[in-house]
Amino acid sequence: MRSLFVACLLSLVAAAGPAAADTPTQPTIQVHSVWSRATPGGAKTAVVYMTLSAEGQADRLVAASTPVADKAELHSESMSGGVMQMRPLASLEVKPGATTMLKPGGNHIMLIGLKHPLKAGDSFPLTLAFEKSGKQEVTVHVAKVGAMGMDMEGMKGMPGMQGGAMTGH
Amino acid sequence: MSSKPLLVLCTAAMLLVAGIAGATWLVTTRTGASAAPVAPAAAVGGPFTLTAADGATVTDESYRGKWLLVYFGYTFCPDACPTALTNISAALQQLGPLADRVQPLFITVDPHRDTPKVMADYVKAFDHRIVGLTGSTAAIAAVTKEYGVYVAPQRSEGDDYLVDHSSFIYLMNPDGKFVATLSGAATGAQLAARLQTLLSQTS
Repeated sequence: MRSLFVACLLSLVAAAGPAAADTPTQPTIQVHSVWSRATPGGAKTAVVYMTLSAEGQADRLVAASTPVADKAELHSESMSGGVMQMRPLASLEVKPGATTMLKPGGNHIMLIGLKHPLKAGDSFPLTLAFEKSGKQEVTVHVAKVGAMGMDMEGMKGMPGMQGGAMTGH
Repeated sequence: MSSKPLLVLCTAAMLLVAGIAGATWLVTTRTGASAAPVAPAAAVGGPFTLTAADGATVTDESYRGKWLLVYFGYTFCPDACPTALTNISAALQQLGPLADRVQPLFITVDPHRDTPKVMADYVKAFDHRIVGLTGSTAAIAAVTKEYGVYVAPQRSEGDDYLVDHSSFIYLMNPDGKFVATLSGAATGAQLAARLQTLLSQTS
């Protein structure tokens, strides 16, 4: 145990020191399958879903923004006793070796103050801000109203498609 | 070998405490999400007087003779409500001509923002057979109470508030009597199957 403890200390020192060559560098965040739903007439809100994965080390999604809406908020969604609750989330962790999914019935980015309706087949930019790795601009593809997954049509060559994903009940 | 594996191990150990807290929260949440809809109290539903898209006053009696699928939500809702309305639309399509005996109602829990015009524009995107209903604050309070619908607007600056609400689909028979509570997340196929069984038992 003692040697493990020492090794732990050494590795932490190594991580802190700039000279350590194999210290994990900044996390790299991969963002896949970024999609939204077409909005019904007059809707002031929209939603964005995506799949996130991290390489190197964990990171946190802390903010999002898009020119198509006044605000983009990270929200949790839960169903308890049949009551649907959405709450703003301060941040969302993205860990290496796991995928973090924003999906219908779960965590999502809510667009508030939509400047124009979203139509199926459209796309728009979204800037994601991560705590460590900084900002990343992604393209959001708009699927049909109420779609449960990213529509494959017109999106050939997209990596990591996760179409049709939803909670299993 | 480098110190990398140990670093990972140590980091993992340090994250474990935070991880357990997070995981516990997730498990709790997931359990809630997968729980079967609670059977409601005996008297679900009742008389209501609401406003349709064209401004016309409708009551529960306007729909006698039809099976009702009653869903409560609001148009500011970005995720759960469009999902439920899409599933109801899919069920209508799957039912084909049998859908003539079914009337879906989307009743707002947010009459302040959901005017008849807003409701009309909104439901059109799903299926023209879905009727969007709103009403005075008192009328909405009365109908949500009758159906046992939980409604809790959240605090927010301005008009950007969210509303916690029950996400069930209430199935009422052609006499306006309560039959069953279905999950708002039930797929179109699940809703259609349930309706098909009921419709085949009664002609």
